Amino acid sequence: MYDSGKILAGIIIFILLITFPFWLNSIQGEYKGEPELVIDRSNGAQCVKSTDYMRNSHMTLLNEWRDEVVRNDNRFYTISSGERIEMSLSNTCMSCHANKEEFCDRCHDYSGVKPYCWDCHIEQKKLETN
Amino acid sequence: MNILISAAALLILILLVIVGIEAAGLEYFFGVFIPYMAVVIFLSGIIFKLIGWARSPVPFRIPTIAGQQKSLGWIKSSKLDSPATILGVVGRMVLEVLLFRSLFRNTKYETKPGQKLVYGSAKFLWIAALIFHWSFLIIILRHLRYISEPIPSLVPLLQNLDGFFQVGVPELFITNILIVVSLAFLFMRRTADPKNRYLSLTADYFPLLLILAIAITGIMMRYFTKVDIAGIKTFAMGLVSFKPVVPESINVIFYIHLFLVSSLLVYFSFSKLLHMVGVFLSPTRNLSNNNRSVRHVNPWDKPVRIHTYEEYEDEFRDKMKAAGLPLEKE
Repeated sequence: MYDSGKILAGIIIFILLITFPFWLNSIQGEYKGEPELVIDRSNGAQCVKSTDYMRNSHMTLLNEWRDEVVRNDNRFYTISSGERIEMSLSNTCMSCHANKEEFCDRCHDYSGVKPYCWDCHIEQKKLETN
Repeated sequence: MNILISAAALLILILLVIVGIEAAGLEYFFGVFIPYMAVVIFLSGIIFKLIGWARSPVPFRIPTIAGQQKSLGWIKSSKLDSPATILGVVGRMVLEVLLFRSLFRNTKYETKPGQKLVYGSAKFLWIAALIFHWSFLIIILRHLRYISEPIPSLVPLLQNLDGFFQVGVPELFITNILIVVSLAFLFMRRTADPKNRYLSLTADYFPLLLILAIAITGIMMRYFTKVDIAGIKTFAMGLVSFKPVVPESINVIFYIHLFLVSSLLVYFSFSKLLHMVGVFLSPTRNLSNNNRSVRHVNPWDKPVRIHTYEEYEDEFRDKMKAAGLPLEKE
């Protein structure tokens, strides 16, 4: 007795599973490259850190800020230019990176990240419109 | 010695990437060529092996059983551990593949001072193997977020469960801890006990160390050295949509991670790791125990020429009669 029929079926299932990302993307064809992020530079404020650092580690910085503010009651942070800024996501960062949908969400959705910041915090804009 | 060879092989792989990226600038080679080649070797290697298995005859029924065979209606039979039907075999295989029931029966034997040889149950291998395999599967499925757009809804679900405790930002994934701990245990299991160390080969240590190194580089990127996730997704999407772009500004640790994963894929079909597909073809598990109720005729047997006693007597009747031998027919 040979099981070649069953094994052949197994091979086909296996190939389909492994190549899933390849054919899924060609069927869906929705991939348009990295999303563009919208930043409002009109107020001429300085960046807190370099773009490279921020792309990799903004969550670490925000986490450290949270600890400083909540646990040490220290609300100010000195950036490399010597300027002291308020440690606040919604007041400081989001004065330039103003639009959550067009800045935060685009990249987070693209990378499949769901930060739980917004479980408690609310966007300033939403607060104003409500 | 076997550990040293495995560790040295792993070190050479890592050094190759570091030299290749930092000194020779072979980003395209390590980022595009090697991963494609690895996937091709992985797929073709497994298909090659499977075709070889498909051309091999299935042995006579040799299921190893752990329960009462199906016989008379009033004798309670074990439907899973001595399956007589296809359904029972499927159930047995599903539990074997998903829960490793064979490993659950693992025993250890030891001589304690002043005692005779003692046999006992040893569940740690089973639990560590279970934790390792499931963590690895969840981690691989989580990686779908890099190679699909839009991301299938399974991924955020897994991430939510995996980051359930919401420790830190980025959230600590439980599987990241579990995979390292279970791999460390599986490694210790081989090294701590002299009997197991004697039985362990380079081919046992190497995959353990390789997967451990893959897990550790991944953990480093997520929690410590940090990488540009969106940039890596763009790179990975380039690979899966066959429009490869070599990423700039990506840390060498990412290349080590990628190269070790590629090495794992290449190594896969030539090593014990092939048990991923081989488990489905274990004749002691996937055959039903129906030897007594179904006649299994060996299909590749040549017909045997039979010479019955009647024919024999017909042939030699005269001589037998002359010799005075008793005959069945006069």
